[in-house]
Amino acid sequence: MKTAIILFPGINRERDMAMALEAATGKAPAVVWHTETEIPAADLIVVPGGFSYGDYLRSGAIAARSPVMDALRRRAAGGTNVLGVCNGFQILVEAGLLPGALMRNAGLKFVCKQVRLSVENDSTFFTRQMPKGAVVTCPVAHHDGNYFADAETLARLEDGGRVVFRYAEGTNPNGSLNDIAGIVNDAGNVVGMMPHPENMIEALHGRTDCKPLFDGLAAA
Amino acid sequence: MKAKVTITLKTGVLDPQGKAIEGALSSLDFAGVGNVRQGKYIELDIAETDAAKAEAQVTAMCEKLLANTVIENYHIELV
Repeated sequence: MKTAIILFPGINRERDMAMALEAATGKAPAVVWHTETEIPAADLIVVPGGFSYGDYLRSGAIAARSPVMDALRRRAAGGTNVLGVCNGFQILVEAGLLPGALMRNAGLKFVCKQVRLSVENDSTFFTRQMPKGAVVTCPVAHHDGNYFADAETLARLEDGGRVVFRYAEGTNPNGSLNDIAGIVNDAGNVVGMMPHPENMIEALHGRTDCKPLFDGLAAA
Repeated sequence: MKAKVTITLKTGVLDPQGKAIEGALSSLDFAGVGNVRQGKYIELDIAETDAAKAEAQVTAMCEKLLANTVIENYHIELV
């Protein structure tokens, strides 16, 4: 299985993501700079976390208008799986690849801690080895993770089973509507989430709760 | 020509920063203050001299980048 990571100035979680992808697939991901207009052949394209363009204007806003994003849009439309984590989620939302918006945390503070994450949809490419209803520990680190969508969009997400992850057990760290931590697009091939599963997969991370997510990628 | 763009959160979108400012104003004993909403102000020079074309240009900028129309409204003033 081939993977690719898209890199923007200010992204800083790409190495953690590359290690997680390599551990799961046995191959290092291709790294694609934001000025590229083509993305090499890959079964999964990941937009990692960080602080692209210093979060200027709105988190993810400037990265979402980069040259590489047209290529990403084409690949997503063609059915390639796309995963956005943290800033990557913000970028996908700003690019219109996922609905809604990620706003300033309700408590106004940057949150860096572990939350409990409930798996709500086990049919996506990222959750196929994680049973629905499973609750895992996962770190979050963000200032703008407060998921917002208008009532109609929210109803569409909920009715379509498109909420993939929810903050569980009262651990919502940012005021997200319906405790939403991650969603999938209508076509089922673009997943975005605020928490960092790539940082909960090996003994050195303290726990390995999120390893099945990555193991599931290569299982297809 | 100069464009002045004001970006505000749509009605109904929670504004925790506005709430924090409101709390601070109240703690400074400013009475009767409500509905504090924080927005953004962007100023830019444009070469276009025709007002209608300039407005169309800045509107496109707002739709494509300056505002996130999922949560924000924008207002353009040309001077």
